[in-house]
Amino acid sequence: MWDNISILTAAPVFNIQLILDGLFIGSTFALAAYGLALVWGVMNVKNLAQGDFVIMGGYIAWWLGKQGIHPLWGLPISIVVMFTFGWLVYVTIIRRVIDKDMFTSLLATFGLAIVLAQALNLMFGPEVQTAESDFAIRSYFDNSVTVADIKLVAFALCGVLAVVVVLFMKNSRMGQAIRATAQDARAARVMGIDTDKVYAFTFSLNAAICGAAGALISMIWVIQPFYGIGHSIRSFVIVTAAGFGNLGGVIMAGLGLGVMEQYGGFVLGAEYQQACVVGLLVAVLIYRQLEMRRHRQVVQ
Amino acid sequence: MTDTVIEISGVSKSYGGVVANHNISLKVPSGGITGLIGPNGSGKTTLFNSIVGYHPVDEGSIKFKGEEISTYRVPQIARLGLLRTFQQTRIYSNMNCIDNMLISIPHRKLGFADMFKNRGDKETMEEVDRLLDFVGLYEKRRLISGDLSFGQQKLLEFAMALMNRPEVLLLDEPTAGINPTLINGLIDRLRRANEELGITLFVIEHNMRVIMNMAQSIYCLAHGELLAHGTPDEVQNDQRVIDAYLGAH
Amino acid sequence: MESFNPKLHLPILIFGIGAPFVIPGVTIQIAVLWVMVLFALTWDIMGGQMGYNSLGNILFFGSGMYISALVQISMFANVSEYTASSGAVDFTYTNSEYFWGLGWGILAAGIGSALLAASLGWTLFGLRGPYFAIGTLGIALTAGELMGTWEWVGAGGGLAMPVYPGSADGKSFMFYFMCFFAAIGTYLFCSWLYSTRFGLAINAIRDDEQKAEAMGIHTLRYKTIAWSVSAFFLGISGALFGNMTGFVEPLEVAFPVATFGIFMVAMSLLGGKGTLWGPILGAALFHVLKEFTWTYFLGWQWVALGVLIIVNVVFFQQGIMGWLMEKFPERFGIIVDKKETAK
Repeated sequence: MWDNISILTAAPVFNIQLILDGLFIGSTFALAAYGLALVWGVMNVKNLAQGDFVIMGGYIAWWLGKQGIHPLWGLPISIVVMFTFGWLVYVTIIRRVIDKDMFTSLLATFGLAIVLAQALNLMFGPEVQTAESDFAIRSYFDNSVTVADIKLVAFALCGVLAVVVVLFMKNSRMGQAIRATAQDARAARVMGIDTDKVYAFTFSLNAAICGAAGALISMIWVIQPFYGIGHSIRSFVIVTAAGFGNLGGVIMAGLGLGVMEQYGGFVLGAEYQQACVVGLLVAVLIYRQLEMRRHRQVVQ
Repeated sequence: MTDTVIEISGVSKSYGGVVANHNISLKVPSGGITGLIGPNGSGKTTLFNSIVGYHPVDEGSIKFKGEEISTYRVPQIARLGLLRTFQQTRIYSNMNCIDNMLISIPHRKLGFADMFKNRGDKETMEEVDRLLDFVGLYEKRRLISGDLSFGQQKLLEFAMALMNRPEVLLLDEPTAGINPTLINGLIDRLRRANEELGITLFVIEHNMRVIMNMAQSIYCLAHGELLAHGTPDEVQNDQRVIDAYLGAH
Repeated sequence: MESFNPKLHLPILIFGIGAPFVIPGVTIQIAVLWVMVLFALTWDIMGGQMGYNSLGNILFFGSGMYISALVQISMFANVSEYTASSGAVDFTYTNSEYFWGLGWGILAAGIGSALLAASLGWTLFGLRGPYFAIGTLGIALTAGELMGTWEWVGAGGGLAMPVYPGSADGKSFMFYFMCFFAAIGTYLFCSWLYSTRFGLAINAIRDDEQKAEAMGIHTLRYKTIAWSVSAFFLGISGALFGNMTGFVEPLEVAFPVATFGIFMVAMSLLGGKGTLWGPILGAALFHVLKEFTWTYFLGWQWVALGVLIIVNVVFFQQGIMGWLMEKFPERFGIIVDKKETAK
């Protein structure tokens, strides 16, 4: 470990690599986390299958690549497919658990996570996959820093998607209906808003966002059927650290998480990367608990 | 002069941009019934929440029997003998009435080993039966509390509070939602709890008939500030109070 | 505390004691059944009775397994030499060494796991519902991976357990009864615990934790004790299982989150969480069903497991016991006022 740290201090240019890679992957984390914040804030559903939605989106893009279609097409296709899938899931499962107690929705999405991960494993096998995008890879600083073009593209696309979603939420009628329902569902119903439709749309939108993030992740990183839970934990970490209504916070936390993971993996070794994410989760939870204690409350 | 059991000085509390309480000072005398009135949104429940420890106050001090409690946490304050009931009745809805009562024994009086004794020993069960009878729920004692009617749940919550042997009980709108024909019964029980059991009551109420008849001293809040204080007669005839309710401001 | 009910308890006792004699071929499978019962009961203390769904209780199974292994090995040998040799050097234990090691190992496993729970509880218990679930899940997942990197305990390859001095049948026999008694012990303890004020307190925490705090209940204290109790029994089961299997491998044997870890939840849900017999019923039904049908699923059994959980949670939330209690409330001492509950 100390050897790795000394490399970073001896050759500062490596830090640039870690930071860049962290930002690129972190943007996808932030995107997925925003979806979770949406579902959590509007419907009070803590979606433990979030990461599995992401992986599903990833496999859509990868599978397209295997059929000869460039995986970047996976982005829009994944969005459409996952949106529909999300609607299906809402109608069959989520709608029935939304007004029950919190554990019910938690366990239901937990069951869903298991179903998705195992089904993906049966369909695509347990090997780790990446969707080949055949984009250029550029080097800087005497080959010390490599930047894959696809990562830049992905980063930009994340930004575009985020802007699109935010504009949608601000300006469209459905977006306004969502925000009204998030504030006070009963009042929204009284005003004539069909909250069931709003919930269905919100959940499907989240699935679509996850699908998009997954498609990008499949190209700039790796996917594997059982990696879903890792992404779910990342989304939880980000939302917990940033809070719900705070898009700026989600972006910062997502990017920060990406960078921290890169450093953790480099300094401690790749085997510890998952442990780093969980460690961050525990750290964020402890921090929130201590803060809440100061305010005489417990974390809701 | 009776002792002051709760003393609030200069308490202010804001949420976001809203000032819920501003510079409130009041004294709740020991042994009596004190009322807290005011139009909706005047900050009454916020004040209760501050007293029992739900959130910190921005400024000011809250003393319970001379002890500064404004930094204490909810269970700590409850264990000192200061309890509250909720605007929306809260009970343990999956347990029956008897169990609701049994778990409401004052935990400050329990040693660690006592928690592992049988849930309902003879003495405790007698008290449970007595208190359930006091609120008129004895026949329903074995029902799951979640199945009780709204009014019955309110009575159960009250009985649970009594079971906890508080010194002071903060009641948040005890008659809200109760069928008018049952209100007198509830008032009677509140009075008896105060007189026979010696529990000091601090009551938020919207029902003027009820509070004016019950309380010896009344505080009126409006817009987060203390507007008036006095005996029921004084407060009822105070023009500022009348204006506040009629929305002259 | 439930009093001895011959109609209920006797058949189970007879079955439990007689099975290895009458159907010795399936001794190990029935031993695993008792471990499943223990899994479900311990999960339900937290999940059903207290309302804290831990998705990572398997952590204590694994911690118990490792603690026991380390105690058993270190009492008579040097651990680093043992793991480094990976079976090349012969470490044979005398009878008394083996059994003393086993005894202390099991005890240490239970106590060590309970202490682990108590210290984790401090961090995780300020948090409610989803944070607790995902926090425990994350920790359980990481534990397996971290143990896999630790050379001293054999890293990814794991640890071989001290060999039982005797025949394979004798070993099955002995461990069968140890599992059986562990399950009975867990059952008796839970039965007693739920009859005390402590049982009431954790139910109150489940029904309305804020109310419980507002009434002066030391919620953190009870939450920690409940989890430590679960961890104690889970740790013992881990020690037993590790010895039965013969070796301790971090991801597949000690911390199998995706299998045993999830079974714990599924079984209690199936049988009816929050009741004493629900988890037992659920474990028995689940285990038997699984043993008979698993192989027919051809890979899709894991998907079926997830579907089972979803269906259970969405449509059959009360589980078997809950359903029975609704149909025949009088048999369970529940009074329903027909007039009042005309909903």
